[in-house]
Amino acid sequence: MADTTLPLAHTKPQSYGRRVVKRFLKHRPAVISLGFLMLLALVIIIGPYLSPYTFDGQDFTLIGAPGPMNAQHWLGTDELGRDAMTRLIYGGRVSLAVGLAGAVIATFAGTLVGALSGFYRGWVDLLLMRFTDVMLSIPTLPLVLLLSGLFRPSPPLLVAIVGLLIWMGTARLVRSQFLALREREFVEAARALGAGGPRLMFRHILPNAIGPITVSATLAVGSAIMLESALSFLGFGIQPPVPTWGNLLNSASSWLSVAPWLAIPPGLLILCTVLAVNFLGDGLRDAMEPRE
Amino acid sequence: MAETLVQVSDLKVHFPIGRSLFKDGVTLKAVDGVSLDIARGEVVGLVGESGSGKTTLGRALLRLIEPTEGSVRFDGTEVVGLPPRDLKALRSRMQIIFQDPYASLNPRMSVGQIIGEALHLHSIGTRADRDERVGDLLEKVGLPRTAAARFPHEFSGGQRQRIGIARALAVNPDFIVADEPVSALDVSIQAQIINLLQDLRQELGLSILFIGHDLSVIEFLCDRVVVMYLGHVMETATAADLYTQPRHPYTRSLLDAAPVPNPRAKRDRIMLKGDLPSPINPPSGCVFRTRCPFAIEACAQVEPALETVGPRHAVACIRQAELNLME
Repeated sequence: MADTTLPLAHTKPQSYGRRVVKRFLKHRPAVISLGFLMLLALVIIIGPYLSPYTFDGQDFTLIGAPGPMNAQHWLGTDELGRDAMTRLIYGGRVSLAVGLAGAVIATFAGTLVGALSGFYRGWVDLLLMRFTDVMLSIPTLPLVLLLSGLFRPSPPLLVAIVGLLIWMGTARLVRSQFLALREREFVEAARALGAGGPRLMFRHILPNAIGPITVSATLAVGSAIMLESALSFLGFGIQPPVPTWGNLLNSASSWLSVAPWLAIPPGLLILCTVLAVNFLGDGLRDAMEPRE
Repeated sequence: MAETLVQVSDLKVHFPIGRSLFKDGVTLKAVDGVSLDIARGEVVGLVGESGSGKTTLGRALLRLIEPTEGSVRFDGTEVVGLPPRDLKALRSRMQIIFQDPYASLNPRMSVGQIIGEALHLHSIGTRADRDERVGDLLEKVGLPRTAAARFPHEFSGGQRQRIGIARALAVNPDFIVADEPVSALDVSIQAQIINLLQDLRQELGLSILFIGHDLSVIEFLCDRVVVMYLGHVMETATAADLYTQPRHPYTRSLLDAAPVPNPRAKRDRIMLKGDLPSPINPPSGCVFRTRCPFAIEACAQVEPALETVGPRHAVACIRQAELNLME
């Protein structure tokens, strides 16, 4: 039979991964953002080791009012005599760690809810999606203010709260992916072979939805960083003396008119990081789901 | 005659449409009271227009779509309502080949994984000799053993269809539903796949329900043909009988619609007008009456039953005795 030899040698099709990388590199804002985020990661990982100060070390001669920027303290000192740059870099660690961990939880929870909802449909879908709607309809900040009046969360609890406040978008996205993919013939073929629900969901459908989920996870990192900053700014997040970008902004806000150099760097870093993460998400989306 | 392997009686598949908390919605009757038998080793063709319910029927036989009513007996076992554990065991005996070879293979799995999964799910062979079996299956469908390491997007449509066939054969089925397996392929490739099915059928003694709309393919491959229209069986006959002496006006019109090699050949054809009526609100009596050139008033009153008119030949038409369709 003529069909028996595989005519594969002449044009080797590019693998999915390679095509994704190629398309991603064409998206300039995303590439620049990726560079920025890598640089930021490098600084916050090794920065605290290079700094002669610790994040909570005080210079008692400088206590009382924020100190200006100078050769010893590049970004000045706060009202307690602590080096602002060391606190900014260390705070980046905390902010990014909480942001990443919160996004992981949100992605995991959202994927699970969306997968069950889209796969089983019917009353499972009805129940889970109405629950999602309820979660979406709760205004985040008033809820958090209420909670902050009741207790002070530990970092793991904070991560959990951040994750549980931002999973809904992922859930809706994953549900729509599952609704579409479950009708595909390769899923039906696996069903005809006797594959059960979990196998169909996680071996056949999920790997084909990994593109949109990656994008959604990236965007969730941005939301989580924003949310953590907002919580810390309002005093509900990580508690001093441990710095985060949010509580640095909080403590700098009372000195805004006399020492703006304390408020601007954390504010700028939150802005740039969230922006970069969103650009990165856009770039990944364009690379993984080309609308050709 | 050989023993009956698949026995379908009065099978109905109805889909609720637009039903919600606040309204009742309507019912789409995709398959509405179909009965048919398939003998061991027999190839039965199922023809009809798009929307006639033939794909739904094929899926319902395998319980890929839940039947609403009726019975499907497979080798004596009632399939409708069978508990999941027993159904899984039965799945190794009845398989399906799909129409679209681009949609029926998981793009993220290698060919070896796709075929190996069938073996894994039914615990066929040990982990070690599964690779060997996958290679054997690939050779059986005319692909090299090395194909196992590759991914679906590296193959042409015809090659992919062979992979789909290998997956179906992996579990040693007795019965295969072939859902328009060649409709999406180039004509030259179609012939190869049909020959492959023919060879496999002879070698393995498979029973096949071959769903299609290309009458010449069906005539070549099938022992018997079932004609469906709007969820009902119109006529069933051996392939030879159906093509030479159709008794139902719908069958005649399908045969007339098939192209003939000689464009100058004068033919007295029955041409159908209009579209298939909606299966949500099918015509009363005979569902075909709205497009039938021979319809009389009585056709709207009685729902015609399948009447035996010859050896293995049955027709659902109240006027079949008086009509002479092959003048």
